[in-house]
Amino acid sequence: MMSLLLAGTVGVLAACGVWLVLRSRTFPVVLGIMLLGYAANLLVLAMGRVSGTRPPVLVGGEGGHADPVPQALVLTAIVIGFGMTAFTAVLAIRARVESGTDHVDGLQDMVADGDDSREGT
Amino acid sequence: MLTLLILLLAPLLGAVGVLIAARWGRGAAALAAGAPALAVLVALVAAAPGILDGEVLRLRAAWVPALGLDMALRLDALGWLFGMLVAGVGLLVVLYAYYYLPASDGLGRFYALLLAFMASMLGIVSSGNLLLLVVFWELTSVSSFFLIAYWARGEVSARIGARTAFAVTGGGGLALLGGVLLLGQAAGGFDLDVVLGAGERIRESPLYLPALTLVLLGAFTKSAQWPFHFWLPAAMAAPTPASAYLHSATMVKAGVFLLARLHPALAGTDAWVIAVGGAGMLTLLFGAYAALWQHDLKGLLAYSTISHLGLITMLLGFGTGTAVMAAVFHIVNHATFKASLFMAAGIVDHEAGTRDMRRLNGLARAMPWTATLAVVAAGAMAGVPLLNGFLSKEMFFAESLEAPGPGGLRWIGPAAALLYGVMSVAYSARFVMVFFNGALMPATAHEPPRFMRVPIELLVALCVIVGTIPSLTVGPALIAATRDALQAPAPYVSLAIWHGFNLPLMMTLVALAGGIVMYRHRERLYRMHDRHVPGFSTTILFARSVKSMERRAARFTATLETGSLSRSTAVLLAVTLAMGALVLATRGGAPVSPVTGPGADAASIVIWALLATAAVAAARWHAHPLRALVAASVVGLFVALAFVRLSAPDLALTQLLVEVVTILVLLLALHHLPQRTPGAEQRHGQRAWQRLVAARDLVLAGGIGAGAAALTWAVLRRPVHGGGPVSELAAYYLRESKPKGGGTNVVNVILVDFRGFDTLGEITVLACAAIGAAVLLERMKPAGDAPERPHAPDAHPPVLAALTRPFLPFALMLSAFLFLRGHDLPGGGFVAGLLAAVALASQYLTSGIEWTTERLRIDARRWLATGVLLAAATGAGALLFDRPFLTSFYDYAHIPAIGAVGAGSTFLFDLGVALAVFGAVLLMLERLGLIGRMRDIGAATPAAEVPADEVAPDVRAVDR
Repeated sequence: MMSLLLAGTVGVLAACGVWLVLRSRTFPVVLGIMLLGYAANLLVLAMGRVSGTRPPVLVGGEGGHADPVPQALVLTAIVIGFGMTAFTAVLAIRARVESGTDHVDGLQDMVADGDDSREGT
Repeated sequence: MLTLLILLLAPLLGAVGVLIAARWGRGAAALAAGAPALAVLVALVAAAPGILDGEVLRLRAAWVPALGLDMALRLDALGWLFGMLVAGVGLLVVLYAYYYLPASDGLGRFYALLLAFMASMLGIVSSGNLLLLVVFWELTSVSSFFLIAYWARGEVSARIGARTAFAVTGGGGLALLGGVLLLGQAAGGFDLDVVLGAGERIRESPLYLPALTLVLLGAFTKSAQWPFHFWLPAAMAAPTPASAYLHSATMVKAGVFLLARLHPALAGTDAWVIAVGGAGMLTLLFGAYAALWQHDLKGLLAYSTISHLGLITMLLGFGTGTAVMAAVFHIVNHATFKASLFMAAGIVDHEAGTRDMRRLNGLARAMPWTATLAVVAAGAMAGVPLLNGFLSKEMFFAESLEAPGPGGLRWIGPAAALLYGVMSVAYSARFVMVFFNGALMPATAHEPPRFMRVPIELLVALCVIVGTIPSLTVGPALIAATRDALQAPAPYVSLAIWHGFNLPLMMTLVALAGGIVMYRHRERLYRMHDRHVPGFSTTILFARSVKSMERRAARFTATLETGSLSRSTAVLLAVTLAMGALVLATRGGAPVSPVTGPGADAASIVIWALLATAAVAAARWHAHPLRALVAASVVGLFVALAFVRLSAPDLALTQLLVEVVTILVLLLALHHLPQRTPGAEQRHGQRAWQRLVAARDLVLAGGIGAGAAALTWAVLRRPVHGGGPVSELAAYYLRESKPKGGGTNVVNVILVDFRGFDTLGEITVLACAAIGAAVLLERMKPAGDAPERPHAPDAHPPVLAALTRPFLPFALMLSAFLFLRGHDLPGGGFVAGLLAAVALASQYLTSGIEWTTERLRIDARRWLATGVLLAAATGAGALLFDRPFLTSFYDYAHIPAIGAVGAGSTFLFDLGVALAVFGAVLLMLERLGLIGRMRDIGAATPAAEVPADEVAPDVRAVDR
């Protein structure tokens, strides 16, 4: 049951992440990368299975510890994920300053400015 | 041993030294460049007695043992002879270049490239491992590329020449690599001794033919054999000193050196005779013929070089011991006379202003001394008796008469040799005639500086000395080199000038006479050539194929990369999906002995359900950035809770803190992005198009989501590797964490100890991201409506500020606590660094960045750098104790009231992690918060013109 929940959540997160990454504005893409990061982290964690009921901290008794390897991998991945999110957010800001739009391809807004002729490349 | 070290290291270190020495002027640069060449020469001469007696110098160090690649150096007489050429001519070229290159040229770059090339060349001749040889082979391609392109800034031809040379010889190097790999397979090793001793085995191996083909491709491209010759004339755009070096004594000789080197392993089959002998003969004739038509002095020399390389290749193709000796002899001779001719051509160019033979005449009047030298060298090229070229050409004629030939075609060899002889005399005459033939033209020509002639004088002296007393000079070296090339006793060859009035001498006389006749009637020949020989040129063919490849590549790229991020991402994701589906379809199936996981309680179900709902909400609200951000942060918080449910307290802590700073960063970012996203896909304003795009994205999202879920589900239903409750790997870490790492928090021990190198890499990545972000934001003006957007009237409410300030010490103390206990209980460097950053960030929020930094003087960049350096230094510390990088040292220190605290290298390492994370997070937050305010946090002085408390955009104001 737990497995099913975990698998389903990873799926939903991945799907939402993909959907957001494919949007045409920069901010949703940043959020999408974030969600994909969560999905990946949970997926990697799932590789250690969910049978362990105790954290991998060796205090008081043997056995029943969760797999520490994926946890170590995911821990750094969370921090790197932050770096990634922050960097793409900064890129988005910079791109807007340079191109004047937050479209991922630098296309000018047609409706927002009411000016159809400004469509760039 | 020492000899080998000097051989490689002297020019390599010299290349660096020259760059430094060039600061003190051209003279210093020349001295610094000459010294390593001289050192190599002296070392080689000192080693000569032993090597000529059959000693082989060896030096070996394992490099990539798993690939059979050793740093194995091996110098026998063949390598020695080439090494002498490389170092000797190199030394002369250094002197020559000092005068040749314009005074405005600092020479540092030229000499550095020259020495780098010399080192690569010496590497080739002293490699004791075939893979190592390929490495040096490619290095010669690279360094010669830069030498040929030396004047690329001013001359298009230099760029084209360098590119062509690199494409051809580099491509050949690739073929050689393939050939060497097959050869090693066939011989049972890459060590040169092994390969040379396994000739029988190699020739009988089914890999022989492919290996031979590829090796020959490598050798032929390097040694400019037809039809790969065209790079050599194109490379004449190089400065003449480089041409004299690369295209007489070194680069082009690498190919024939390889053929001589691998002679015992590859020669002796019909395939060898036909391929090598045939290619050599074609090149011999083609080069000589083409040389006749050149008007450029260097062009003539280039084609003549091609022809002579053909001669050497043809000799090697004969496969007999005497032919190999003749080939080695001619390699030496050609290097001496061709280098001096190139230098003479350079002097003519330099002092007369042109290399076009149609505009040069009677130069002997203006430069008699240079003319004499050039005439003697050209005589050697033409094979005039008493000069060294005569001797090896005589041997070539003799060999061609002995040569094996198919059936009734034995006359082909001698006929080709004779025809070549005639043509070589004709083009040599043409070269010489620029010094005679009427009045001086141009009138401004004059002798070069005294010492510019010295290299030519030395080389020409060699031509004469070797040509008159061969057995007293090169004799012993030649015999020793032939012996080592054959890996068998050298055959007896009489190195005398006079062998009686025999057939080869007749051929020489006919060639001399015929050549002069041909030169006299050259006009008629030119006309015939124009009428009958079609204008076919491999150069043009090559240029065309390069053009068409470029066009095709551009078209291919344009179809894949349309400039639309969404479309590219969609293609990428679709391919991923297809690959996953393919694997699932072919290798999937029911899980082996499915295991049932633990059941779920109500709390878990709620957490997972809310998590999924929030994610969907974030996706649904993508057009409303703020709403989507709120939903996404809910996702993050629930992920933290999920980590708790999955028994991962460290992850939960980290996730929680990261979530805080992420939301801060994204809120700040949102302030500088449009608050309102126009309807989803505006591209063409067409509803149908929008729907199509949305459908595509939905399919991709659904597919990838389903795939990820299926993958997770499948893994969770499988037992772990090894069958225990946790995997073998996990069991290892759980078992060894305490005894080997000295900590009970296994996750932390893995991070700072077992896999410390990964962690070091990761904080470095984080540092790069932070610095990159900071640089991107440097001096950036805020875009759009961000500056005008309304802000909260009270940016820093006093009550909030007053309440937050006392929390700072507590938060920092908690951070320290989590850090100290991190090795044994949840916590550690990552968590501590994040918490400290959050503590600081809350001060920024409530009191303003200026207010805070003014009082705390925190330079995020310095913390970041300190952290990364500390972690790296801790790792390097292990090296001092002769342990591998990042070996940990551990012990417990008992501190009153806190208890046993791990004191050891991992503690310092984790501290580095904490500082790096703290610095990185803070740096990004600061820079985002300060957009549009020209102020350097590092200076720690608040901007005087901005009243600290009224500074405009702040985080809280963002969501208006």
